[in-house]
Amino acid sequence: MAAHAHKVKRYRGLMDWLTTVDHKKIGILYLMAGGLFFLVGGLEAVMIRIQLIKPMNDFVGADTFNELITMHGTTMIFLAAMPLLFALMNAVIPLQIGARDVAFPFLNSLGFWTFFFGGVLLNISWFAGNVPDAGWTSYVPLAGPTYNSGHGVDYYVLGLQIAGIGTLLGGINFMATIINMRAPGMSFMRMPMFTWTIFITSALIVFAFPVLTVGLVALMFDRLFQANFFETANGGSSVLWEHVFWVFGHPEVYILILPAFGIISEVVSTFARKRLFGYSSMVFATVLIAFLGFMVWAHHMFTTGLGPVANGLFSIATMLIAVPTGVKIFNWLFTLWGGSICFTAASLFAIGFIPTFVMGGVTGVMLAVAPADYQYHDSYFVVAHFHYVIVGGLVFGIFSGLHYWWPKMFGRMLNEGLGKLTFWTFFIGFHLTFFVQHFLGLLGMPRRVWTYLPNQDFDTMNLVSTIGAFLMGVGTICFLINVVVTSAKARNAKADAWEDGRSLEWTIPSPPPEYNFKQLPLVRGYDAWWKEKMEGKSAMTPAEPPGPIHMPSPSILPFIMSVGLFIAGFGFMYDKLYLAIGGIAVTLICMFFRSVFDDHGFHIEEDEQEKGVHA
Amino acid sequence: MSAHDHADGHLPHEPEKATLEGRNKVLGFWLFLGAETVLFGTLFSAFLALRHNTGDGPTSQELFELPMVFAATMILLFSSLMSVFAVQAMHKNKVKPMLGWLLVTILLGLGFLGLEVYEFLNYIDEGHKMPTSAFSSSFYTLVGFHGAHVAFGILWIGLLILQVLKKGLTVVTAPKIYVSAIYWHFIDVVWVFIFTVVYLMGKVG
Amino acid sequence: MKRLIPLLAGMAFLLSACGRDDLSTLKPQGPVAEEQFNLMKLSISIMTLVVVVVFAICIYVLIRFRRRKGDNTIPKQVEGNHKLEIIWTVIPLILLLILGVPTINTVFGLSKDYSKDKDALQVKVTAHQYWWEFEYPEYGIVTAQELVVPTGKKVSFELASADVKHSFWIPSIGGKMDTNTGVTNRMYLEFPKEGIFRGKCAELCGPSHSLMDFKAKAVDQASFDRWVAAMKSPAVVPEDAKIKEAFESKCLSCHAVGETNSGASAPNLTGVGSRETIGGILYNDEKPIEDNLKEWITDPQSVKPGATMPSAKDVGLTDEELDGISKYLANYKIDY
Repeated sequence: MAAHAHKVKRYRGLMDWLTTVDHKKIGILYLMAGGLFFLVGGLEAVMIRIQLIKPMNDFVGADTFNELITMHGTTMIFLAAMPLLFALMNAVIPLQIGARDVAFPFLNSLGFWTFFFGGVLLNISWFAGNVPDAGWTSYVPLAGPTYNSGHGVDYYVLGLQIAGIGTLLGGINFMATIINMRAPGMSFMRMPMFTWTIFITSALIVFAFPVLTVGLVALMFDRLFQANFFETANGGSSVLWEHVFWVFGHPEVYILILPAFGIISEVVSTFARKRLFGYSSMVFATVLIAFLGFMVWAHHMFTTGLGPVANGLFSIATMLIAVPTGVKIFNWLFTLWGGSICFTAASLFAIGFIPTFVMGGVTGVMLAVAPADYQYHDSYFVVAHFHYVIVGGLVFGIFSGLHYWWPKMFGRMLNEGLGKLTFWTFFIGFHLTFFVQHFLGLLGMPRRVWTYLPNQDFDTMNLVSTIGAFLMGVGTICFLINVVVTSAKARNAKADAWEDGRSLEWTIPSPPPEYNFKQLPLVRGYDAWWKEKMEGKSAMTPAEPPGPIHMPSPSILPFIMSVGLFIAGFGFMYDKLYLAIGGIAVTLICMFFRSVFDDHGFHIEEDEQEKGVHA
Repeated sequence: MSAHDHADGHLPHEPEKATLEGRNKVLGFWLFLGAETVLFGTLFSAFLALRHNTGDGPTSQELFELPMVFAATMILLFSSLMSVFAVQAMHKNKVKPMLGWLLVTILLGLGFLGLEVYEFLNYIDEGHKMPTSAFSSSFYTLVGFHGAHVAFGILWIGLLILQVLKKGLTVVTAPKIYVSAIYWHFIDVVWVFIFTVVYLMGKVG
Repeated sequence: MKRLIPLLAGMAFLLSACGRDDLSTLKPQGPVAEEQFNLMKLSISIMTLVVVVVFAICIYVLIRFRRRKGDNTIPKQVEGNHKLEIIWTVIPLILLLILGVPTINTVFGLSKDYSKDKDALQVKVTAHQYWWEFEYPEYGIVTAQELVVPTGKKVSFELASADVKHSFWIPSIGGKMDTNTGVTNRMYLEFPKEGIFRGKCAELCGPSHSLMDFKAKAVDQASFDRWVAAMKSPAVVPEDAKIKEAFESKCLSCHAVGETNSGASAPNLTGVGSRETIGGILYNDEKPIEDNLKEWITDPQSVKPGATMPSAKDVGLTDEELDGISKYLANYKIDY
């Protein structure tokens, strides 16, 4: 066929990574970049804890401390947790639904590079000497032009704005992928739980991130163009920022935690060799949590003074989220019940997740009780609560997912011994760090404090907390060592690496070939691969005859577009109009090229398909 | 199914949905518009929260001139109608009429934009600038965001006209025409809300 | 239920075991904090119950169903169980109902407005970076850093901020309320016992957010009346003419004492010698007040980074003036 004759330049080495539109490679890019930012954020956390190791410590100054907490929060949420989730999404979702790629490979690459340059922009603030210091929530007026006249918060605004574009593109992409690209026979109610949670998370991203975009635009206009959105002296409203931030910010919490729920569901059912208990109620609970997630933002503002009616309504709405979350917890427990539980590093993290997350969840309900929250709010109790759900929930989930899907991503099994060591140090360190913080809050220690006076009964618990933080650091280092050690080993992971795989990703080689599935599989039920195995089959039934496979071409444009936005960010910040216009122009010209020159892609012919594929 | 199977001139009835790429593009674009809806919804909320806080600056009653805004509204509504005709022509595979309708669409869009720029310049003369008050900031941000969307739409559809002239109507260009038309309708709907919420309610008080 | 009671008693004991009486939310010293503490106890008890159930099932499952070596059997694949699923949907709903009703009650109870109540004391709180201003509009008094209130009366607060957002919190007396810019908030507190309670800022407000402490001093009604009278009496000024000159030109440009400088942008210093602390954090029972004053006036930045008060050097205070002013302020006491 003449149409197959397109010649496409294939790159190698660094250029291959800069131009790739392959979701598996983009997943690895997200993993590396997210991992790097995770280490940066972790280092900031350790410095915070060193400062708080004893009363009236002066390890860092008050200004630096506020910069550290701001950057720690912002980095961990936007530049570490979300990208690491995107890493797993990219690595796994197309495989789980039996697709050859995502719906928009080009946008996928663009999403990564905008996130990456947004993150780099934010962190350049450390070198520019103007670091955001108004907290990750950037409450005005502290973050406004009057009380924050340096460029610190500008880095926050523009960095997040650029990174946010990437996240939004990712959300749209994965929604479209999951709706349109499922393999024949894979109905919605046959999708693996992880796919379901990513689907819902993507929907949350699509509907929550634009709110942040507008908030950041308004703050940027206030700071750069003397607008008055939040300037109370000129009629603006500082409470408006709180509303806008949390209308985005609360769904964001579920954007983070739902994928962890998905990972835990997969891992628990694989290592218990049992079907996920109550699959349909799990799906329903996920949807319900997401829906309620949009109704509860004002519980972050109980002490703002919204009045008893608002506080009462948001209290009850928040408590209701406990019900679908409880359904999930019990479903996991009863998936384990009657199973045959194998303790690997992946399953330890998943099992450790359950009680830990329950503890974070119950303190969530406690915080929902508005009058009691007047005492908890902005105290260390809140710090303990959200670290229980974000670290004890999300980070445990990510570690579990990484250990579980590592062989699928890289073709090598992580070392189990080191993996278990990672788990135990991280798990114990985590509880040491954060359990005592509940009590610090109850004893009257506000959060975001640079230091504290002696004789307030805070000293011992802060010391314990710092020791725990070091232990978590040790756990993270164990994981890094594991990665290095593993990368030196042979690439010998089997297709069904854990032998108990249930979903489609375990039917193709580890790591999968560029095109994932030589023939798209026919899905005959939930747990598609397990079903075939139980019927004695060794492979999926193909849904199409073998043939040439169409692939999208690699492109450097996403990289250049992101560089353009990155440059424009500096232009806006430092009032260099030519840089701002120039940067945006670079991006628009790239969009022009993308629109005018069609991407015909290329085909991998049948005889080429076996090349380099590890059996 | 690849994009090339229909390259020989036999366009299917709905060429925008003939390929998986096309279907993805249409679905993805609808999702994008979902996000845009939230974006404008937030801008509207901010505007509604701040619209009475005019400080020392002019109020909406003093500022707005409904006849001109009404004219702009009509122009944009007609423009949207023209893009409907363009898509109908596309479905009948009539390329030249389609291009004609698209051209009218963006010309009307340009007319709208011209009126808006004229309106803004007038306001600035009357001392209604971005830093004047919370009302002015939220007004310019909301209406300005819409205006920027119109401007982008004009550039985009203009570019598509050139592409179709060069490449013809194919399963690759058809989805682009189709989603640009959806985009144009979306902008129009947003404007109807702006006309109601900003101008009509602003005039009433 | 029988097993639950000792559990609850144990929890209550554990909760009240630690913390300072004048600081911990677990040792409430007034009815507002008490009511909030009751809700905390109720929610902690319900939540402990949930945690115990989950932990018990979890531990049982992990021990009972762990994979034995060489075990390659495939467990029975269960889709779900409607009865169980209904149970763990309905029971949490009931638990939430138990928690929700008192929550709503208390939300409305604590939001009662005493600003028009003749029996209540009115106090206007204005938060500044990094100090607290307390105005008593009924008496025309302004003071700073140390809130003085009578016992047994409801105190109705009107809260606002002069710069960025802060949050007003006296943990042992009651929960916090934010001080916003542009709008005011209201709350009430009660101080049934005499004593000095520690207050804190609970919203990130800049470098010295952590050092923005204040004290709430509850005294009996007679003392309070004496305090009001003393605050209203003419200001005491330094005896030495040179010190007086320096104090008036270099301090009173921002600060105020007594009736002077009513629009002061810095704390009112009337009776500063009887306060518990200097700058909210230098305790006068740990070091002589004069030393604390000197430390503070010499370089406020080293005590509270980001504070707006200039150093002694900046305003050109000589050592002699510094000594004199510190001495004067240390001895500026009011008896009540």
